[in-house]
Amino acid sequence: MSVLVDKSTRLIVQGITGSTGGFHTKQMLEYGTNIVGGVTPGKGGQTIHGVPVFNTVREAVEETGCNATVIYVPPPFAADAMMEAAEAGVELIVTITEGVPVQDMVTVNRYVADKGVTMIGPNCPGVITPGACKIGIMPGHIHKEGRVGVVSRSGTLTYEAVGQLTALDIGQSTCIGIGGDPINGMDFITALELFENDPDTDAVVMIGEIGGTAEEEAAAWVKANMSKPVAGFIAGRTAPPGKRMGHAGAIISGGTGTAEEKIAAMQKAGISVALSPADIGTTLQGLLK
Amino acid sequence: MNIHEYQAKMIFRDYGVTVPEGKPAFSVDEAVEAAKAIGGELWVIKAQIHAGGRGKAGGVKLARTIDEVREHAEDILGKTLVTHQTGPEGQLVRRLYVESGVDIDRELYLGLVVDRENDGVVLMASTEGGVEIETVAEETPEKIHKVVIDPLTGLADFQARQIAFALGLEGKTVFQAVKFMKLLYASFVEKDASTAEINPLVVTTGGELIALDAKMNFDDNALYRQPAVEEFRDESEEDPAELAAKAHGLSYVNLDGNIGCMVNGAGLAMGTMDIIKHYGGEPANFLDVGGGADAETVTEAFKIITGDERVECIFINIFGGIMKCDVIAEGVVAAVEEVGLKVPLVVRLAGTNVEAGRRILQESPFDIVSAESMADGAKKAIELIGG
Repeated sequence: MSVLVDKSTRLIVQGITGSTGGFHTKQMLEYGTNIVGGVTPGKGGQTIHGVPVFNTVREAVEETGCNATVIYVPPPFAADAMMEAAEAGVELIVTITEGVPVQDMVTVNRYVADKGVTMIGPNCPGVITPGACKIGIMPGHIHKEGRVGVVSRSGTLTYEAVGQLTALDIGQSTCIGIGGDPINGMDFITALELFENDPDTDAVVMIGEIGGTAEEEAAAWVKANMSKPVAGFIAGRTAPPGKRMGHAGAIISGGTGTAEEKIAAMQKAGISVALSPADIGTTLQGLLK
Repeated sequence: MNIHEYQAKMIFRDYGVTVPEGKPAFSVDEAVEAAKAIGGELWVIKAQIHAGGRGKAGGVKLARTIDEVREHAEDILGKTLVTHQTGPEGQLVRRLYVESGVDIDRELYLGLVVDRENDGVVLMASTEGGVEIETVAEETPEKIHKVVIDPLTGLADFQARQIAFALGLEGKTVFQAVKFMKLLYASFVEKDASTAEINPLVVTTGGELIALDAKMNFDDNALYRQPAVEEFRDESEEDPAELAAKAHGLSYVNLDGNIGCMVNGAGLAMGTMDIIKHYGGEPANFLDVGGGADAETVTEAFKIITGDERVECIFINIFGGIMKCDVIAEGVVAAVEEVGLKVPLVVRLAGTNVEAGRRILQESPFDIVSAESMADGAKKAIELIGG
């Protein structure tokens, strides 16, 4: 009852010996995620929280049969970590690292293009299928098993939306944080398509923000292809143009990427857009009735 | 990060991208000396501010004699230029650039940008030089020519030729253009730029291509490996509060309202601004303390907000994930103890350890208004300033 990750996911953690990687490895293990290994070059042979550490991703794949990786390595090394995972054939690559240079992401996306991998992030909270598998940094306890898919460019705003859903007793099938960088892995359309094709997802919450035109493109896709109801929210209606709002990708430039344009495109596509971030949960609830 | 035109031209010159001869000047006398050193009979005196639209605002002037150089330098230096990009308060001119004049045959546009839709660097060109590219894109999109560059091969000669011919270049200028574009791309990639614009790119009466203007922006995420670019930072062009925030790893943007906001996470921080506006209030700022904020970060953030005299109420909105609400609450109390509290403070906590967090705030000796939800917090903040 999910997309991307479930009980069968065999995860490795790249950067497992770092403080962030180590901390979240413990959190993910406590949630019940099946972590089969970790990678830190030069630290192979160690064990962290009972998890074996390998020097290379290739070695980790051979020894553990992992099919997913989560990357916590610092920005200067993140692009290399992504390419290493793709080259080793890890199917799902989730990068949490914030601050990856944009041109590194251009190179990475080109490098992985023909390798058949699914990339999520960077600069994202990760992916969670409640009750089954948590990959990333999101607080597991706010989630609830259920049938609503969530896809978002934000971290804490996603927690806010998930918190609202859970409070309304609406569980989630899978929540995907695609991240706030201008050049990243999975986009809205791919996530929406996964949810559309998932028999255990009934509706979707899509949370966007200012900058770029990904939401407009997603809205056009929803209009043409989506049979399930979609509720949405766009952060940054009050953001001034030309200013980067925390996320590298959250900037209105040259008059494009405004919240108004995105909201209009989404409404035109039949998406119910909450105008206040406090109403995301109730907006979705309205679609289920 | 933005840099000045003269700094961008220094980078261009290093890479062999042709620019007119020029020198920066920080005083009128320096401007005069610069003109003398450059020589010739025609100079351009250009205000160096980060905003565009300088020409229309009177920040770019031609001089035919050294006396005119002095006259224009006196006029522009120290002047506050108001352009469509500076906002109504304008930007004070502290630096000049003195450049030799160029005989212009045609004015073109050339730009490189990291393009999100194409997942890569795009080279853009237009025959409409001197006009803002956004305007061209809106009014005559057919006049913009684009090629997407493969990061693994770089800009190919044929792509550059394609652009050169589309611009109507002829003869040897085509081949100079190919070289010019490839050098520009090299500077862009090696310096981790996010945009580079030459507007106008001119063809001289002698058929030579020269970058008459230059604008470069850089990827903040890559500055750690670009010390030479970081050296170009001109703090006088940036907002002091934004700089102070950056020094503490916070992300801050000054706005016009009176409700100061402190939030964890960029999306939620924007959402908080939006909800304040939604209920009829005006946010004073965007402030993201980040996902891993601790008591110290909260105190620094609090100082920045309280340092803004327009702030009449503070709204702290935290969704505790990995960052626990009780830790944040302790940070808020510590911040109030250190900085003092002159305006009402509304705090909304949610997520991990929320009960413990709320208890810490209630038991503190300070008058902290607790909010149940984001909406409740925004409404209370607006009520408290009599909105």
